Amino acid sequence: MIQAIAFYFFATIVVASAVMVVMARNPVHSVLWLIMAFFNAAGLMVLVGAEFIAMLLVIVYVGAVAVLFLFVVMMLDIDFAAMRAGIARNAPLGLLIAAVLLAELLLALGAYHAGGLTLGTPDGSAMPAADTSNIEALGALLYGRYIALFEIAGIILLVAMIGAIVLTFQPPKPGARARQDVGKQIRRRPEEATVMKNPGIGQGVEL
Amino acid sequence: MSAGGIGIEHYLTVGAILFVLGVLGIFLNRKNVIVILMAVELILLAVNLNLVAFSAFMQDLVGQIFAMLVLTVAAAEAAIGLAILVIYFRARGTIAVDDINRMKG
Repeated sequence: MIQAIAFYFFATIVVASAVMVVMARNPVHSVLWLIMAFFNAAGLMVLVGAEFIAMLLVIVYVGAVAVLFLFVVMMLDIDFAAMRAGIARNAPLGLLIAAVLLAELLLALGAYHAGGLTLGTPDGSAMPAADTSNIEALGALLYGRYIALFEIAGIILLVAMIGAIVLTFQPPKPGARARQDVGKQIRRRPEEATVMKNPGIGQGVEL
Repeated sequence: MSAGGIGIEHYLTVGAILFVLGVLGIFLNRKNVIVILMAVELILLAVNLNLVAFSAFMQDLVGQIFAMLVLTVAAAEAAIGLAILVIYFRARGTIAVDDINRMKG
């Protein structure tokens, strides 16, 4: 009973948040609704026992991606009101396509419920052992059979990181600001950097 | 089917609704690249939800491994997409999709 209540609670909020992401006037609000949607999707995943993916969703999406969106939305100086001007014109086509897509997906769902096509069933080799937790079982699989996949995922992230840095890096303009010249600093000697002065009493020092 | 009468169909329905909302978002906000990117994230979330649901209900953990890879690619896509957005805004002062036609043949 409590599972059903939790499921409908999370599902309702995740769908409502997704609607708000699409409909919100202000993109900052859209990002915040997106965070809400991710939290509740993580709740849905916890309900079926996939707690590792759920935590990953919270950490990666809420912690990194959503904050990235927030930064970009706030950094760009854009008139968002003007961007919503065409929304009424786009609405009929968008709603039509959405309706067709939803009908298709529900049809597929009905077919699956009615038995569906049998394309092969899991051979049981990746079945979680009874006495291990989700994280333990996933770790064994990820660092064992799917280690190559895991490494490739790491390389994808590395490439994305380098790509983002290369794209947005701006070399400082010459003469724009005092810049550090390491060679010049090392060549400095105490004799040319400091002087001894012996001013008389009551007189200032002229450098 | 787990306790409380919640089956895989329930999860697939939520996934389908999320997916459709993402597609709708792309169509409704055709001018705003940032909201389009957010809609793409919603679509990927729906995909992940389906993968995890099937993984849990069919007792096969590979679905969750795959969901993790989708998550990785989604994060990379968001980073690169937003970086391109930032440099485009620097160069042109706008991110309206209608104006992005410089490479049109």
